[in-house]
Amino acid sequence: MEHGCRTLEPATELVNRRRALRQAAGLVLAGLALPVRGQIRNRAIRIGTTAVILNDQVSFLDEWARYLQEQIGRQVSFVHRGRYREITELLLRDELDFAWVCGYPYVSHRQAMRLLAVPLYQGRPLYRSYLIVPSHDVKTASFADLEGGIFAYSDPNSNSGFLVPQYEMLRAGLDPLTLFRKSFFTYAHGKVVAAVANGIAHGGAVDGYVWETLALRAPELTRRTRVAAKSDEYGFPPLVARRSIDESEFRGMQKVLTGMPDNPAGQSLLKQLNLDGFALPEEHLFDGIGRILAYVSTRQRLVS
Amino acid sequence: MSSAVTNLSYRYKVPLSLSVVIVITAAVVSAVLGWQAYRDLRGGLIAGAEGLGRTLSRALLPSLLSDEVWSAYETVMTPLEGIEDGGSPQKTITVLDAKGAVFVSSHPAQFPVLAPLASIGPSYAQLQRAIATQAPHSSVQFEDRVNDRILVAVPILADDGTHLGTVLLTYSESLFLPNFYATLTRVIGSTLLVLLVLVPLGWNIGRRMAIPLTSLAESMAQIGSAPRAQLTERLYRSHDEIGQLGRQFERMLDELEEKRNMEKQLIAADRLAAIGRLTAGIAHEINNPLGGMINTINTFKHHVNPDPAVTERTISLLERGLAQIRDTVGALLVEARMESHALSPDDMDDIRVLVQPQVSEREVRLDWDNGVSEPLPLPSTPVRQILINLLLNAVQAADQSGTVGCRIHCDNRLLVLDIYNDGKTIPAAVLEHLFEPFSLPSESRGGLGLWVTYQIVQQLKGAIDVTSAGAETRFVVRLPIPENV
Repeated sequence: MEHGCRTLEPATELVNRRRALRQAAGLVLAGLALPVRGQIRNRAIRIGTTAVILNDQVSFLDEWARYLQEQIGRQVSFVHRGRYREITELLLRDELDFAWVCGYPYVSHRQAMRLLAVPLYQGRPLYRSYLIVPSHDVKTASFADLEGGIFAYSDPNSNSGFLVPQYEMLRAGLDPLTLFRKSFFTYAHGKVVAAVANGIAHGGAVDGYVWETLALRAPELTRRTRVAAKSDEYGFPPLVARRSIDESEFRGMQKVLTGMPDNPAGQSLLKQLNLDGFALPEEHLFDGIGRILAYVSTRQRLVS
Repeated sequence: MSSAVTNLSYRYKVPLSLSVVIVITAAVVSAVLGWQAYRDLRGGLIAGAEGLGRTLSRALLPSLLSDEVWSAYETVMTPLEGIEDGGSPQKTITVLDAKGAVFVSSHPAQFPVLAPLASIGPSYAQLQRAIATQAPHSSVQFEDRVNDRILVAVPILADDGTHLGTVLLTYSESLFLPNFYATLTRVIGSTLLVLLVLVPLGWNIGRRMAIPLTSLAESMAQIGSAPRAQLTERLYRSHDEIGQLGRQFERMLDELEEKRNMEKQLIAADRLAAIGRLTAGIAHEINNPLGGMINTINTFKHHVNPDPAVTERTISLLERGLAQIRDTVGALLVEARMESHALSPDDMDDIRVLVQPQVSEREVRLDWDNGVSEPLPLPSTPVRQILINLLLNAVQAADQSGTVGCRIHCDNRLLVLDIYNDGKTIPAAVLEHLFEPFSLPSESRGGLGLWVTYQIVQQLKGAIDVTSAGAETRFVVRLPIPENV
């Protein structure tokens, strides 16, 4: 986070400078706006993704990109990065137009991101963090039972895969740094499930939506794990835009996303995502994450 | 068993030996090839494990440096992808940290994260010691014979040579066993094919090597029962040892034939000698009646008018004299005649007549007991020769006015000739060599008589025994009487 903070300053400055330039250009070159817009239109829309959704879905992302391209009438390309921070940094540097990020980076970088849409999972824009253990472990009911074990987090910038379990432990009076003999990051929720299922870790923190989706897609993997505890509900990882995004572009994308359930191709894509649709965001949706971040920050120097 | 092998005919011994040598050679060659294949495959497995270990140690370096358990796990799982593992994994890859504790393993159930290697099992404790004692910069191979596993440990070294950890690969030996069995099957299959060709070939060669020897042995077994041409026609004329044996065999046959001819000549000569010895007595035997008859005729001539009684007496005297001469000459004629006929009681009487002059001359008493009343299917000439020889010897050896006995009888398909005399006993030392030629140098006949007798008895497949004790010397000849003639 320290490193991220240092890069944040020039990035924000750059964003502001760019916005000022563009506004100036808009005023000065009002008459010449069309060619400029045309240039912008020709540039591909870049959307960043991380492992907030399931990994290794190149063909799905291609399909989704084609769908969005048809709907918007512009080229769309997905930019996938293994770690949350990389996507956050790309977004902060305006190298991405949109990104599907976790609630935790959004809360941390609220000033640099603009909420675009929130996925609806089982009809609501909410999800939980699951504490999972190997299926042969029938005793563990909370973090306290995993003392001295090996623990798998997904990403240090993940809400459900890191922040929530930190919060849960601290709230239960446990020290996340000493509770486990060893903990490690897999940088993907699916890999946390695999680490626990294969017996590398005695427990893991995983996105509840990912676990449930995996239970549908690859039940042989999730069957080897058991959900020992479920957290409270938090705002589902949202789709955000860079602050500097063109308003019409922003609205256009928002319209396309929220309109997906009305379109058979969109429905098919949503089905693959195991989501019901995308809703217009409500700012207070992420207040919960903000609260636990504040709670954890006061007690724990976070890794990121 | 060994005597069964020793007694086995060369007809089978030689081919069998060749076949056994071929089979043993083939078995040894297959065993060596099998062992080589085993070593090669096992060596290949170890080399493969070590190669993989080196690759992994490179790939794992960043993960170890930044303590990335999961990426290390993904790295070690990559070579194992697609391998279905049951209860006992065939391949495991484990990463150990610098302290020898498990960093991550492809099989965390067996190698839990952070578990010290030594705590996992005795063979791993041994391996841990081996890793510690051997230079941490070289890889260690270790065989876990209890679990049939090969353990290969390759160090993970930082660029500056710092020992950061170890890649530990355990390979089950069962990994190469299917390949080994496949190779073994091929080796055994080709060996059997080779044997299929070589064993009949070896058997054939062995048989052909044994044939000259077996035919020589067969020829030798037929000596005396087959004509000479038949004995020698199957001999091999090669220049090897068997060829030499064949030539020696032929030479032996020649010598045997020569000996037999000589024996025949000696026996014939002996007969003539016996006749010669008889002749003097026989001439006397003929002279006596002749003299009597001449006297009778002279007396008769002085009678002018002989009365019938005198004539009758004279004729009767002449008749008896002539009959005696006829009998004597008759016996001599039979003896002189070479052809043989079946032995009859008359032959015995002939002998008695022939030896009578010698008996009279020596003034010995002849006890004659002829128990043969029927003709016997035995050749008369040799039997007569035996009787004459033994009787003349007995008469010669008997004391003046002593006794000579001759008992002839049949006993259970044997013709027994029992001739004895009183007189000096023959010393034991002489008795031993009695039937050898010239054993009795003092004898006037040159010492061949008893030897010839012995040869004739042998030819008739009979036996001759001599005892000499208590002033009595006794020869007993037993001749088997053939069933049919």
